[in-house]
Amino acid sequence: MDLTDRAEHKNFREEVRQFLDEDKHQAPDVSAFTLRMRPRKLSQEVRDWQGLLIDRGLTSRTIPKAYGGFGAEPDILKSRIIADEFYAADTVQGLRNMSISMLVPTMLEHGTEEQKQRYIEPSIRAQLVWCQGYSEPNAGSDLASLQTSATEDGDDFIINGQKIWTSGAHVADMMFCLVRTEPDAPKHEGISYIVFPMDTPGIEVRPLMNMTGAPAFNEVFFTDVRVPQANVIGKRGQGWMVANSTLKHERGLLGDANRSLDSLLRVGKLLQSESLDGRPLMENPLFRDRFIKLQARVQAMRLHEMRMISSAVKGEPRSMGDMVIKLLGCELNHQLDGLGVDIMGEIGVLYDESPMLRDSGAWQANFMFDLGLIIGGGTAQIQKNIISERGLGMPREPKVAKA
Amino acid sequence: MDFGLSEEQELIRDSFQGSLSRISELDTVRQTAEAGAPMDENIWAELCALGMAGLLIAEEFGGAGLGLLEAAVVAEELGRRVTPVPFVASAVMAPLAIRLGGDEEQCREWLPGMADGSVRVGVAVSEAAAGARENAGVTAENGVLSGRALFVLDGAGAEGYVVADKSGGLHLVRADAAGLENVALKTIDRTRAICELNFENTPADQLRQGEGVLQTVIDAGRVILAADSLGAGEEMLRRAVEYAGERKQFNRVIASFQAVKHMCAEMAAELQPCRALVWHAAYVMGQEPGELSLAAAFAKSHTDEVGRFVARTATEVHGGMGFTDLMGLHYWFKRLGVNRAYLGSPERVREEAARLQGFAA
Repeated sequence: MDLTDRAEHKNFREEVRQFLDEDKHQAPDVSAFTLRMRPRKLSQEVRDWQGLLIDRGLTSRTIPKAYGGFGAEPDILKSRIIADEFYAADTVQGLRNMSISMLVPTMLEHGTEEQKQRYIEPSIRAQLVWCQGYSEPNAGSDLASLQTSATEDGDDFIINGQKIWTSGAHVADMMFCLVRTEPDAPKHEGISYIVFPMDTPGIEVRPLMNMTGAPAFNEVFFTDVRVPQANVIGKRGQGWMVANSTLKHERGLLGDANRSLDSLLRVGKLLQSESLDGRPLMENPLFRDRFIKLQARVQAMRLHEMRMISSAVKGEPRSMGDMVIKLLGCELNHQLDGLGVDIMGEIGVLYDESPMLRDSGAWQANFMFDLGLIIGGGTAQIQKNIISERGLGMPREPKVAKA
Repeated sequence: MDFGLSEEQELIRDSFQGSLSRISELDTVRQTAEAGAPMDENIWAELCALGMAGLLIAEEFGGAGLGLLEAAVVAEELGRRVTPVPFVASAVMAPLAIRLGGDEEQCREWLPGMADGSVRVGVAVSEAAAGARENAGVTAENGVLSGRALFVLDGAGAEGYVVADKSGGLHLVRADAAGLENVALKTIDRTRAICELNFENTPADQLRQGEGVLQTVIDAGRVILAADSLGAGEEMLRRAVEYAGERKQFNRVIASFQAVKHMCAEMAAELQPCRALVWHAAYVMGQEPGELSLAAAFAKSHTDEVGRFVARTATEVHGGMGFTDLMGLHYWFKRLGVNRAYLGSPERVREEAARLQGFAA
């Protein structure tokens, strides 16, 4: 155990701090806390900041220079240092949207040279925004049973079907999508991973209001949508394998302990600033106990992620420790939001433009939105299946024989 | 940054794991527990040969001069095997109290015997760590102690005691001192022995430093109990998964039912981050001593809660068998139960954490 930085990382931390001191005034003034749940078109300011961060090696660090990245060797500790220092300076980090966290790593792993040249640079520089076409009305947890079809027509595929829960489809330029190209193959082997522009004729996007009242996700309908076969990423029929490499990245994205720490500190402030019958809520032993309980959990998750990072640095394979992060992190965030709402009592149920609203109503919205994250990206129950089957070696549920 | 064990620490873990798997099997644990013995002499002798008793004692006094992280690594293995030997008080808290609070002469008098395992020392700090029950408490005046100390850890069969008085002073008392009465207390957990001590003008040797040392000793004890709970919880989970893989109902092993799998997954998920919390608390004692109290409070209170959840859930996975004496799962259930109560319940420890951060008066 040595939690201090070695020389190389100490210097790197200094460099990051220096950058923040000198340049953080250029960062967009966006509070992730209050605006997280509403995907919107990215402003030029956000793109400029993203470009600056890439050029200085503070985001998309390991993307090769040939594809517009910084071209550094992977160093998970440096990534961690960047995240911690930006967090400490209350400054917007490099974008971690679906394009950058999911599409780009998949493209790097499975794309052809031409696809990489064409898509990666505009994606990391936020000139090309992606949405993910995975879930369907009848293919949720059982994603591999998806039905959206792609039938061959010359050099093209003709796509028909429907996707749902498509976050950001109303603002995206492109979609990466799972379609069934081999209807007669076993369900995991008939899927292809294909990309296309959202303005291709035959695509209809219908915003789906979520429970927070924001149109964050959508239904997307495909009617005879013509896409070149060359737009398949990886081999035709191997889309399930390609998609799984993407899901792996999403799980990491959803369990970030810095996010939990941010919520925790805000809950702590709320406990001190909110009062009941003239006394700060922090003086109430019941609320205080709930707070310290969650504080211990946040601390456990932060340290656990450090342990997992060390383990990755040593080249140890992914373990059960990694599998539990999505389940625990999302649950923890939801509990933190819930405490925030409870601290405010009746004020905690005000909404929209109400007077007396705290933090623009973010607690109320997050309490709902974070329940969505417990469900999305592989439900809590699917996570428990993964932990018990892959982590603990317990058998799969037997298949029900077809009637 | 490296968040993990060194090769040397892994070696310590492996050697204790190897020995304990051989000498601390459930049958042996059961024999000691059913005999009502304060510990198993054979296991004690073998673990002392591995250096367990002297882990934290400086080399000049015959110990290994290691830190709390090494002790936590050992504690986890003892918890995993519900090993019936004194450790938290006799090998961790008492040596620390004497090393940090004692003068040269006190160190020379006590530590060499403790390091080789020939002298065992109980620790009477329950009133300071968990609060006073039954109006217990010890007062010190003119070199003698009076009053009553409850729930003395590793107290049965000890040759001496480290005793905290009401004002935070620490004293060394010999088991054969005049005016000292030792009453064994039976707990649900027969793998570790506690007692109460009654003092009536009992001669005591006061340690040079008291209050700051007392808190450090309590913090270290909390980290060790958390590590013990982590090991015990992991073993309960392992046994639950193993049992579920063998037990058949409705023509299939119950491990294939999602209801059972999800119980096991929840236990695994809750246990995973506890290790980082425990290691970190043990690590800061040497590196950032100012952070020890808070880190120990988080480690103890959180692991207590996870321990209770795992103890109950793993027992449930075993169905009716989990409730039997025959299965022996109850040794872990009970060990986790006492770890939670000793040295401050989670509620009390969280309140201390609030005070440390200025959130409570």
